[in-house]
Amino acid sequence: MIEQHYNFAFLDERTKKRIRRALLKAVAVPGYQVPFGSREMPFAYGWGTGGVQITASIIGQSDVLKVIDQGADDTTNAVNIRRFFERTTGVASTEKTREATLIQTRHRIPEVALTEAQILVYQVPMPEPLARLEPRRRETIKMHALSEYGLMHVRLYEDIAQLGAISRAYDYPVLVNERYLMSPSPIPKFDNPKMHMNPALQLFGAGREKRLYAVPPYTPVRSLDFEDHPFEVQKWEHACALCGATESYLDEMIVDDQGSRLFVCSDSNYCEERRDAGHVGTQLAVTLSSVLTHQSDCGIASERGAA
Amino acid sequence: MYVAVKGGAAAIESSWRLLEAQRRGSGSIAALSVSQIREQLSLAVDRVMSEGSLFDPELAALAIKQASGDLLEAIFLLRAYRTTLPRLGYALPLDTARIALLRRISAAFKEVPGGQVLGATYDYTQRLLDFALLAEDSLETQATVSTPAAQPSAGQSGVSDRAPTVPRINDLLANEGLLETPLPADDAPRADLTREPLMFPADRALRLQSLARADEGWLLGMGYSTQRGYANSHPFAGEIRRGFVSVEMLPDELGFVIDIGDLEVTECQMINQFNGNRELPPQFTQGYGLAFGGGERKAMAMALVDRALRADELGEPHVAPAQDEEFVLSHGDNVEASGFVQHLKLPHYVDFQAELELVRKLRAHHAEAALSQADKPGAPSQPTQELA
Repeated sequence: MIEQHYNFAFLDERTKKRIRRALLKAVAVPGYQVPFGSREMPFAYGWGTGGVQITASIIGQSDVLKVIDQGADDTTNAVNIRRFFERTTGVASTEKTREATLIQTRHRIPEVALTEAQILVYQVPMPEPLARLEPRRRETIKMHALSEYGLMHVRLYEDIAQLGAISRAYDYPVLVNERYLMSPSPIPKFDNPKMHMNPALQLFGAGREKRLYAVPPYTPVRSLDFEDHPFEVQKWEHACALCGATESYLDEMIVDDQGSRLFVCSDSNYCEERRDAGHVGTQLAVTLSSVLTHQSDCGIASERGAA
Repeated sequence: MYVAVKGGAAAIESSWRLLEAQRRGSGSIAALSVSQIREQLSLAVDRVMSEGSLFDPELAALAIKQASGDLLEAIFLLRAYRTTLPRLGYALPLDTARIALLRRISAAFKEVPGGQVLGATYDYTQRLLDFALLAEDSLETQATVSTPAAQPSAGQSGVSDRAPTVPRINDLLANEGLLETPLPADDAPRADLTREPLMFPADRALRLQSLARADEGWLLGMGYSTQRGYANSHPFAGEIRRGFVSVEMLPDELGFVIDIGDLEVTECQMINQFNGNRELPPQFTQGYGLAFGGGERKAMAMALVDRALRADELGEPHVAPAQDEEFVLSHGDNVEASGFVQHLKLPHYVDFQAELELVRKLRAHHAEAALSQADKPGAPSQPTQELA
């Protein structure tokens, strides 16, 4: 059922062209936030309007679209956005990461490595990585122009001095092409290393804040850290209860009144493919005390290792 | 065997059906028509048009019906519709001196040329619930008062043919030099908030565009704060006028001005004290507000905030939130604000998981530090081990 009352992919062609021009600029200056004339969309601001506008501007008849939210294809917002494009473009959609040419995501990078033939579109709530340190745009624009990122380093240092570790678990700041400080969007820092030298084109859209930015294929992306406190990602003592994966990002679910936890892959397609290939997890939840001992052991050990 | 939660698509479809049932309410009560909303909830329609940035009473009424009376949702619906409309051109500035008046008051002068017209206002109603309105289905007495509202639809005779010129009080003051005259627009084309992102610093034209579509409640609070000492503006309501004005365009291919229709607007011009500086003698300054229909509260609040935001231009010290244009303008759009506040309803499992892991790690670190502290002689008693 294709919606006949609107243009292909909802936006009119002139608007799409303007967005594509802004995207070209973003690709030419990796990590730089390009202001663009963001439009009101039939989605609420904060619910993916930036990503939707990018996808609408670059999607073509031959594309195969995948939409994920929190790594999963069947969360309500992902379903809603995928339906919107099915209705307004008639383009094929898929849940399989490998089959997709265009992937719109919120908060995750798929576990399966991407290819040169794919574009990853991120939904971004707050594109300005310095916003929590300096809320005024007038100031942060100057700071970016001058590569004045000392404030961010001081902030990370203060975390280490006061808490023993950098207290950023997601939206962990990165330096793109050794020039622009960039928000990777609220992906867990677990996903940050996947951005580095990725063969796929990565596009970022912030509709409410009216900014676009990009990481072109094979661009260096470095998570900020210190020599004596190197960047590290989240680790789990538990494997995925469904597919037994030990390398993936896990969601934690509370499954009974005693607070037992079940750890399951956040990337639902990755988990499904592994199960189809015959991998099986324990199918078991773990008790809360076991979660706490394991994770704290792991945490302290890595902190000591780093110190 | 655990099965992951599925069924987002089915849940959404059920939600649509429930929403429709909630909107309709009891089937034993007659359905509300769009024309009833348009005629009988006209101030709601006016607000939705102002903040939805689209003058279309019928669609605004439809949006209110569809949104079950949630005006912010209705504003969002109208904005999402207007974004699909082409920008055909720019009208000439409205001439609000040529107006078919519905209401006009000045708090600065007792008598003004053109006279004061109280018009329809809740100001002197004593706010007693009118229980007579409870009686349903009885034919309410038809208001027989004739207002210009009934007239503009009459064919070709637009406001321009009929409306007398009612000079603005500000113009009268400006003639005497007591009031600053607005800076003439330079030749550069005006920025358009709906086409380009708002960047700072913004000029006054852009600020006013932003304020015109800003949330009434936000402007009311901001304007109110300037009256309570957060930026002293000593305002007088120089003039508030409500009426019909004509919209005129000068199409390139015609070369002459054409009248394309009438709009009902409420305009507020605040007059504020200004002590002068080295270059300028003491004089009055102005703040400006404009809203569709009878949006008088909005227009007044907007005028206060406009004046406060002129601090830079007038060389006043920055002391209050209402003078900070980036703060005021970035947070005044209720479509943006409502979306972002409510996006917290979206799943954040992944980020929360990241935070869980971090907080557990930091707590373990904290507990270990406390333990090693307790081992030292003379240390305070051992803290409770919370992780056991």
